[in-house]
Amino acid sequence: MRYAMAIDTKKCVGCSDCVVACQTENNVPIGYCRDWIVEVTDGTYPQLEIELRSERCNHCDNSPCVRCCPTGASHYEKGGIVTVTHNKCIGCGACISSCPYDARYSHPEGYVDKCTFCIHRIGKGLKPACVAVCPTKCMYFGDLEDPNSEVSLVLKKRKHKTLIPEAGTKPQVYYLI
Amino acid sequence: MREEIITSGRLNPHIDPHLEIWHWQIPLYLFLGGLAAGILFFAALYTIMGKEEKYPGAVRRAPILVPFLLVIGLFALFLDLKHKLFFWQLYTTIKFMSPMSWGAWTLMAITPLSMIWAALHIRDFFPKWDWKYDILKDIETEILKYKVHLAWVMIVLSVILGIYTGILLSAFNARPLWNTSILGPLFLTSGLSAGAATILLFSKSAKERRLFAKIDILLIVIELFLITHLFMGFLASTSVQIDAANLFLGGPYTAPFWIFVVVLGMLIPAGLEIMELRHVKIPHVIPVVLVLFGSLMFRFIIVYAGQMSRWLY
Ligand code: SF4
Ligand code: SF4
Repeated sequence: MRYAMAIDTKKCVGCSDCVVACQTENNVPIGYCRDWIVEVTDGTYPQLEIELRSERCNHCDNSPCVRCCPTGASHYEKGGIVTVTHNKCIGCGACISSCPYDARYSHPEGYVDKCTFCIHRIGKGLKPACVAVCPTKCMYFGDLEDPNSEVSLVLKKRKHKTLIPEAGTKPQVYYLI
Repeated sequence: MREEIITSGRLNPHIDPHLEIWHWQIPLYLFLGGLAAGILFFAALYTIMGKEEKYPGAVRRAPILVPFLLVIGLFALFLDLKHKLFFWQLYTTIKFMSPMSWGAWTLMAITPLSMIWAALHIRDFFPKWDWKYDILKDIETEILKYKVHLAWVMIVLSVILGIYTGILLSAFNARPLWNTSILGPLFLTSGLSAGAATILLFSKSAKERRLFAKIDILLIVIELFLITHLFMGFLASTSVQIDAANLFLGGPYTAPFWIFVVVLGMLIPAGLEIMELRHVKIPHVIPVVLVLFGSLMFRFIIVYAGQMSRWLY
């Protein structure tokens, strides 16, 4: 099993619903977030292109954050989901320094927190909160090893990219372009 | 002109780690760790070589400082932890891929060792020292029999500790400035140089001071060589590493790095030490303080600048 997400940059309108849904679902403290919207404007005026991306932890296959964690608090769960065991985390910040995507933050209670792909929901057969709430239905979630999962199907059909693959982390959130 | 503008909906210091993760505690800890490693290295080296009587400043006197350095360093590290009550989790496992893990274990081993070493030589400072209890006296005589073995363990651990202060940072490929394996040897050399300088301060014999002044000059030359290599490597590498190098070559860290670290922390003390060797009268505390200052600034600058350097996407 290999959980992954595909996000359609052509459909996303940057409404931040996913951000709010995540904050509500996961009790993210005010002022913090586990996912966020990035807007990239690229080109030569007047030929400009805008790309909107909903970004979060990429649940990398080769995660520097898991590698550098001295206590094993950051670890892989079934399906390659990267999570943090709160009462094993000492809050040393090594994993925050090690993530090229800056996907982690230090929770006011001391431990490090980040996107979990809503592991508590997918165990019950639900989709992650951000995927479920998106009004344009621009996100796809599922098992990459299952050729018929919606994420496998959409990745087969559409051109896609990952973020800074050259950092060597093998990110598992794919952006449809 | 082709432009790319990235607007992120979250640029705030709570979330963006390049705006806030490691503060003064980490560079201070790296400095004290490196300095402790340097002092212990020379103490062990000259014990193994059987030159204890010739170089008592290195073997017997300077190491008295080390337990204090390590304890203050560990305390700084502890202050940096955000989930402090769980710090013991560090010692429930060993993760070989995590420098912070084996660093923590190395410290766990070298701190008590440095205390034993300091205790063995306490009479150099308090000639009338008495352990009072017979059992302590017995332990002391017993340990003294194995002093050279102890020195062997200490020399290995001190090299690991010295390198670790650099590897800790170089393991982070997300921060291009740190992501170079030269940082390990560079921090080790800088720690050894700081150690040699401190021994100069503790030494009472002119002969010993001359030796350590020479050693320090050699180490500074090696450091300058490694720094040149560091920048050559960056400039020949990917764009993010070129950007990292540019933080020091025209960017915001140019003046502090070249003035505090290279000129004040290396060139001037090396020059003063050379003059001293040529019998010009200079209070030897001046180069020592400069070397220590430079080595502390070096850690501060690398830790802070590293957090500014990042991948852009
Ligand atoms: S995106 Fe960052 S936090 Fe998430 S798995 Fe990759 S390296 Fe770790
Ligand atoms: S902050 Fe916590 S999860 Fe991150 S590396 Fe340190 S112990 Fe591991």
